[in-house]
Amino acid sequence: MQEAVLLAESQSPATAPDAIIRAERIEKFYTQPSQNRIQVISATNLSIVPGEIVALLGPSGSGKSTMLRMLTGLSTPTAGQVYWHEKPIAEAEVNVSIVFQSFALFPWLTVLENVEAPLQARGVSAAVRRDRSMKMLDTVGLDGFEGAYPKELSGGMKQRVGFARALVVEPEVLFMDEPFSALDVLTAENLRSELLELWANKTMPTKAVFIVTHNIEEAVLLADRIIVLGKNPGHIRTDFRVQLAQPRDRKSEPFTQLVDYIYKVLTKPDVAPDEAPEQQVEPKVRDQRQMHYQMLPHARPGGIAGLLELLLDKGGRDDIYRLADDLSFEIDDLLPIVDAAQLLGFLQIEEGDAVITPSGTEFANSEILRQKELFRDAAVANVLLLRQICRALDAKSDHTVPEDFFLDMLDEQFSEEECQRQIETAVTWGRYAELFDYDAGHRRFVLPDAAEEEVATRQEAE
Amino acid sequence: MKPQHPLAQTLVTVRTWPFFIDLAVGLGGIAVFFAILHTAGYWMSAPVPVAFISHSISALPIYAFYSIGRMIIAFLLSLTFAIAYGYIAAYNHRVEAWMIAVLDILQSIPVLSFLYPVLLAMIALVPGHQLGIEMGVILLIFTGQVWNLAFSFYSSLKSIPREMVETSRIYRYSAWQRFWQLEMPYAAIGLVWNSIVSVANGWFALMACEMFSLKGTRFQLPGLGSYIQTATDSGDTRALLCGVAAVVLIVVATDQLLWRPLIAWSDKFKFEQVESAERVTSPILEILKRSKLVTSLPDRIWSRIEEPVYRRMALTHSCHIVQPLDEDQTAGKASAGLWMLAVVAAAAVGWGAFQAILMLQTVTFAELRLLMEGAAASFLRVNCALVLAAAWTVPVGVAIGLNPKFARLVQPVAQVMASIPATAFFPILLMGLVKIGGGLGIGSIALMLLGTQWYILFNVIAGAMSIPSDLSEVSDLYHFTRWQRWTKLILPGIFPYLITGMVTASGGAWNASVFAEYSHLGNRTLQTLGLGAQISSAIDNDRLPIILLATIFISLIVVTMNRLVWRRLYRLAETRYKLEG
Repeated sequence: MQEAVLLAESQSPATAPDAIIRAERIEKFYTQPSQNRIQVISATNLSIVPGEIVALLGPSGSGKSTMLRMLTGLSTPTAGQVYWHEKPIAEAEVNVSIVFQSFALFPWLTVLENVEAPLQARGVSAAVRRDRSMKMLDTVGLDGFEGAYPKELSGGMKQRVGFARALVVEPEVLFMDEPFSALDVLTAENLRSELLELWANKTMPTKAVFIVTHNIEEAVLLADRIIVLGKNPGHIRTDFRVQLAQPRDRKSEPFTQLVDYIYKVLTKPDVAPDEAPEQQVEPKVRDQRQMHYQMLPHARPGGIAGLLELLLDKGGRDDIYRLADDLSFEIDDLLPIVDAAQLLGFLQIEEGDAVITPSGTEFANSEILRQKELFRDAAVANVLLLRQICRALDAKSDHTVPEDFFLDMLDEQFSEEECQRQIETAVTWGRYAELFDYDAGHRRFVLPDAAEEEVATRQEAE
Repeated sequence: MKPQHPLAQTLVTVRTWPFFIDLAVGLGGIAVFFAILHTAGYWMSAPVPVAFISHSISALPIYAFYSIGRMIIAFLLSLTFAIAYGYIAAYNHRVEAWMIAVLDILQSIPVLSFLYPVLLAMIALVPGHQLGIEMGVILLIFTGQVWNLAFSFYSSLKSIPREMVETSRIYRYSAWQRFWQLEMPYAAIGLVWNSIVSVANGWFALMACEMFSLKGTRFQLPGLGSYIQTATDSGDTRALLCGVAAVVLIVVATDQLLWRPLIAWSDKFKFEQVESAERVTSPILEILKRSKLVTSLPDRIWSRIEEPVYRRMALTHSCHIVQPLDEDQTAGKASAGLWMLAVVAAAAVGWGAFQAILMLQTVTFAELRLLMEGAAASFLRVNCALVLAAAWTVPVGVAIGLNPKFARLVQPVAQVMASIPATAFFPILLMGLVKIGGGLGIGSIALMLLGTQWYILFNVIAGAMSIPSDLSEVSDLYHFTRWQRWTKLILPGIFPYLITGMVTASGGAWNASVFAEYSHLGNRTLQTLGLGAQISSAIDNDRLPIILLATIFISLIVVTMNRLVWRRLYRLAETRYKLEG
């Protein structure tokens, strides 16, 4: 029965421009029949700004769900005010959705009807409704299940329907109340990464996500900003940004540091939390150092073709060691060729066997010109370095690019010697595929002769 | 238009003879139309208080038609009123407690006590037509049916899972959408089961109420109830048996053609997360599903109606904001209209109470003492009936319930038996009693039993069926003695169901007491000491104050029993004897 009025400021800048939802000194009291007032949430300030995923972490009883409901307008704060784009939330036209822990699907409606229902509430016509709902079901991967009833679906599928329903109205803020708690670990993982994908690709017009969770790892995995609540009464204990780049690695040092920090904060409710640990601040601007080149295996196109033909001869699948034996290769000599073929998508490794893929089969069966074509397509699709060389050549008006340009970038990743070898292999591949040519004298990449002429004639025509 | 998908709930895909079914449904529609025309004609004719009741068998269909017509109208009225009442009670916190208390009290009043006010009002309202008398009887039936429907709808509304309500709020559903997509479907199963009980109560009341006297005038309406009673009076055994058979036939037909398909269909609204293995099947439902007309026409008509409503509602203010769920914070500001309503209601109640007190002052002390003795007698009788009923239904019900195959056969039969109005059999039983020479003292208990034991039976069967098999296995494994099995496994297991059955039976017994303790048989009047008898005889002799006082007594007893005994037992059942966690 504390009436402590701890004013916990959230650490995001109070002058956050155009906060979508802003809670100003909100409190929640419950009156008991015996006329006692219990303070569930003490005066709190909180803002939700566009472009971030906010996670609200806290032990049970800290009022997380109550906070969520107050921020969405479902619950009126006993004191204080919640603003939606600076208008009081009770009068504003709020556009939010909630994804619930228990899915909250209507069992007597089909999946499609469940997703259409919010659109019905907005007076959208039947044809448009159906169209939008079907597209949304497709996005969440439930294509084909429109006519099913919720009781026929698994937990993961039910939550996908929940997501589809939440996103079909294109909410400005997506609220989630422990959405993955009722699912098994693997399904939860799946859905989390799909959510991140949708968020990263901007597939949804949602500007912010607010997720309530009790799972520390989940919060660190998903959120750009974490707010930790304490209880008795509910109050913000700490609020900090998470600046790790997506996709986040659970085992990486900064990740585990953060989890430990939050764990400490949660298990010591009476101690004021320390500063959040320093995180590698990844700059938003990607510079050269960020580009990650695959290491080109040093194999020649001829070798790749030969391997594929042999593999096809063996029925499309063979153990790598046996292949090496057949060819009298050392395994160390065969592996680069296998790696190269795998990089280009012509074969796959499955449990120590090399298995030819359909594109590999086509390659092996084609004659020379077609092989070059296929090689060209595969190389441009799968090898970053080759792609960049081609693009650079296209972009320049004189269609030549110095070798140093790429050497510099490779230098960040590889040793000097290796860089040279990478360039050599790239040149070999590029020449074979007739992607570009290399002027050894001037140490520049140039377009192949045939293309040069074409470009010249085009320029003359203009 | 629902997309037909292979992954959807499997409907019967083979459609045999669809045209015939469509034709049948169409013909059915035409028949209904003509029925309405005929009834309207009858109602608008001059009032005939005592209709001539022929005893020929050929007259049975038309009498059946009239009785069924009354039942249908009364039920539809009850359903509408119950939904409206439950809705208002659930969503208005200020009046909620009052409305539920009123419901409680009204539920405890036997149907016959409403005879006077309802009939007088209706006859005064529509003096020149038969319609007045008919409406009076229909409303009388209504008073026997509506209360438990209202309770069911109200409690369904209050128990909708919170997150579904939050969904409807956050997506800004209109009241219309919320009603049709959330509230009605959630309440559907409760309403179906309570409808079965209500209609059974309705038949019970109808059979006895088609003949009555009011202010010295005798009334006799054409219908099955009058048929049976007049046949008994004139000693025409053949006609009597045919009448009773007709009633049983109607009840069984209703069960097969209406209730079972409804129960099977309402499975759709079961709020469970996984499909359960056991489902009630109904061949009628399967046939109806094959009819293209039945499956697509209601959908098409409905969406035609719905779409414009949705579009219109989406423009209203309440569909543009999120309405908060907790209104206790906003309490304290009652509108002026509500205050005026409260004042008018208080004034009306005050005036009514004043008039009632004036009337009650004419009751002599002797009469009062008689009433109290009657109350004690009836109380004993009702509880005796309950104990007797439980004494045989519990062992039998458990035996049936523990044998699943047998139970599946017997339970629907028990349900039908519960629907057959015992009042249809009263005349036969009375004749038998008179022949034996017994009085109504014991006979009334038998009559009460007949009406109410089935409720206990089928609840006990359901309870025994729901004892989890792993608990039975434990008792087998550890070789429980018979006594242990009963005290540790069976009785606790069926306890919640037993209580439900007993409460329903108790209410039914009090209701039946009005007919069981006082009966006309030809020129003779059989009666015994009891509150029910006193109400009935007071109606016959036009003694309004007695009716009022006796009703007050019954109501007091029933409500007190509810609070003191049944509520406690319910709470015990919920806390200690609930089987799921």
